[in-house]
Amino acid sequence: MTDQAVARVRGGGWWRDQRVRGIVFQIVVAAAIVLFAAYIIGNTAQNLEQRGIASGFEFLGRQAGFDISITLIPYTVESSYGRVFWVGLVNTIVLSVIGIFLATIWGFLLGILRLSPNWLIRKLAATYLETIRNIPLALQIVFWYFGVIAAMPVVRNAIDINGTVFLHNRGVNFPKLLPEAGFILIPIALLVGIGIAVLMKRWVARRQAATGEQFPTGWVTAGLVLGLPFLTALIAGQPWAWEYPELKGFNFKGGWVILPEFVAVLMALVAYTSAFIGEIVRAGIQAVSHGQTEAAYAVGLRPGPTLRLVIIPQALRVIVPPLTSQYLNLTKNSTLGVLVAYPDLVNVFAGTVLNQTGQAVECLLLTMLVYMTLSLLISAFMNWYNKRIALKER
Amino acid sequence: MAERPETEKYPPGQHPALPPPASQVGVIAWLRDNLFSGPVNIALTLLSLYLIWLTVPPIIEWAIIDANFNAGESREACVRDGACWTMIRARFWQFMYGFYPVNERWRIDLGLVLFFVPMVGLLIDRVPAKKYIAIFLFGIYPFLAFWLFSGGFWSLPAVETRLWGGLFLTILLGAVGIVFSLPMGVILALGRRSELPVIRLLCTAFIEITRAVPLITVLFMASVMLPLFLPEGVTFDKLMRAMIGIALFGAAYMAEVVRGGLQAIPRGQYEGAMAMGLGYWQMTGLIIMPQALRIVIPGIVNTFIGLFKDTTLVIVIGLFELLNIVQAAFRDANWAGLAKEGYAFVAIVFFLFCFSMSRYSLYLERKLHTGHKR
Repeated sequence: MTDQAVARVRGGGWWRDQRVRGIVFQIVVAAAIVLFAAYIIGNTAQNLEQRGIASGFEFLGRQAGFDISITLIPYTVESSYGRVFWVGLVNTIVLSVIGIFLATIWGFLLGILRLSPNWLIRKLAATYLETIRNIPLALQIVFWYFGVIAAMPVVRNAIDINGTVFLHNRGVNFPKLLPEAGFILIPIALLVGIGIAVLMKRWVARRQAATGEQFPTGWVTAGLVLGLPFLTALIAGQPWAWEYPELKGFNFKGGWVILPEFVAVLMALVAYTSAFIGEIVRAGIQAVSHGQTEAAYAVGLRPGPTLRLVIIPQALRVIVPPLTSQYLNLTKNSTLGVLVAYPDLVNVFAGTVLNQTGQAVECLLLTMLVYMTLSLLISAFMNWYNKRIALKER
Repeated sequence: MAERPETEKYPPGQHPALPPPASQVGVIAWLRDNLFSGPVNIALTLLSLYLIWLTVPPIIEWAIIDANFNAGESREACVRDGACWTMIRARFWQFMYGFYPVNERWRIDLGLVLFFVPMVGLLIDRVPAKKYIAIFLFGIYPFLAFWLFSGGFWSLPAVETRLWGGLFLTILLGAVGIVFSLPMGVILALGRRSELPVIRLLCTAFIEITRAVPLITVLFMASVMLPLFLPEGVTFDKLMRAMIGIALFGAAYMAEVVRGGLQAIPRGQYEGAMAMGLGYWQMTGLIIMPQALRIVIPGIVNTFIGLFKDTTLVIVIGLFELLNIVQAAFRDANWAGLAKEGYAFVAIVFFLFCFSMSRYSLYLERKLHTGHKR
């Protein structure tokens, strides 16, 4: 019996029909949302008009007139608000990428240490993870910035490492590389080395499949990727010079500088995220049954290859999905740089530009769009990777 | 009778087990197995010991042995080299209650008791009448607490929200997070699994968009854009806007946790409920939700821990929760430069809360993994 039939038998009207009720309910909800949106948009328009705030994206072309402490693309006080957006975006991306890279390495290491046969190491790693995980990231960032870096010596008494690197409470100064003629050969050699290594890896795989013979891939790859550029540098006669930082007046001149904001946010982000990654890696490795290890030993694999060829490929299947959400978290958490004035997108664009122009709707909309895009990109990449390592079911 | 030799005492195969050799049991064997089982392990053990020796004694020396625990009014009271806990002592009640008037602080205590007692009741299995506790906690309590804290009726003097702060505000924001985001999360999760396309689309869009953006932008939005959305003359105060932001943000995450629980309920439960003639709401309320929520309690607790840690972010819109009020204390001229002591205190408080909650969630996970698991 269909619902309509039930309704007819019971003698009720259309409101007894589940399908009709569903449609009516949806129409009501949709109408309510539309009305609510219209109400909000109307209010906003009225409010903006009353406060004399323009709308639209013309403000992106106007001159910003404020300085930014960390700019990786050309930027001056005369640059436009649009330029500010790009500077902030680049800062966000640089912080996230370096953070993800370091957090992954440190997190995997922690996860492995957490399972070490050595009791002391295991307990140390567990204590570290448990402590870091239970302290808010915001607190860790301000701790590094105001607690540690601010307590470093002032510029004049900077900690001098070898006369080349200087640590002080306004950052780290280190020598700048000045390329000279012929320097371009070194990156070319690096690329060539990587190319040969990739080709060699294919050849090695084919040969091992055909003959069973192995090849010391690791050493040869290291030799190619590191040795080739090194040799090129020697042959070309070290085509570069160093510009050393020097104390002039109240600050260092020359060389490269890493600002404390960046260091503080990066350290806190890496420590915090890697603690979560460590737990994920531990869970992933533990999810591979011990029989796999025993079977690998039984066919004669040593502990190293067992880990590399048997355990990790299987553990990765468990690790990658939650790892993806940690990467997303790290990217989103990089906005906490606001607390120590790291000039990321939220700080300069959703902060300073918003305050100067008052165009809250446009600024926040753009910022949120950027984060949504970044999230989508990371998810897409990790999904692709996940598919690659997933169990091939035939 | 002459003593028989040992071998003749027992018939063959009946000799009782001898104790294991001394090298296989006890402290020595444990040390050898766990710390000194090979050259690599010995090196690692020594390295760890060195690391511990390098970090732990200085911290203990700074925090306890050389520390100042005396009362005092400013930094000068700290004469010893170590940590100056005098600041924490002098400002302790401010860190707890913010700038709430001293005579009115009993209201906070009462409000917290009224929150924690039912909450604990809800989390412990044996307590009966969960339904009524939940109705009280999620339906009545928020209004009751708001009244109690803000006052302004009967003989309770009004206390403006800008005076609220410290650990009280942190817990309040966390409580708002759980009390509002859990019911909203349940509704959103149901909506996302609904058969009605419009509802499903709306809920999915809300959940995915909210989860894709950082909390800071949500807080900015709540603090900057919310006033624009409202008609002229209607204003929310800053705290209220932060609460709305946190509740909406938390709801999206809760929704995903609850959805996980809903997906774990076997189809037969739905079919069984429908076969009994239950309608959608009866089925959801009586059959599905009780089972789904029980499965996801650990997930809810974990999400809540994250939300609780995230409450520190309200600093960016200028609220004085625990971290910010402590920072304000050591930026005061009297206590200038005591950043480490302040941060250590906040870290310990957060650690105690989060660690105990995460232990509770682990305990639940273990408990749920036994017995009638699918």
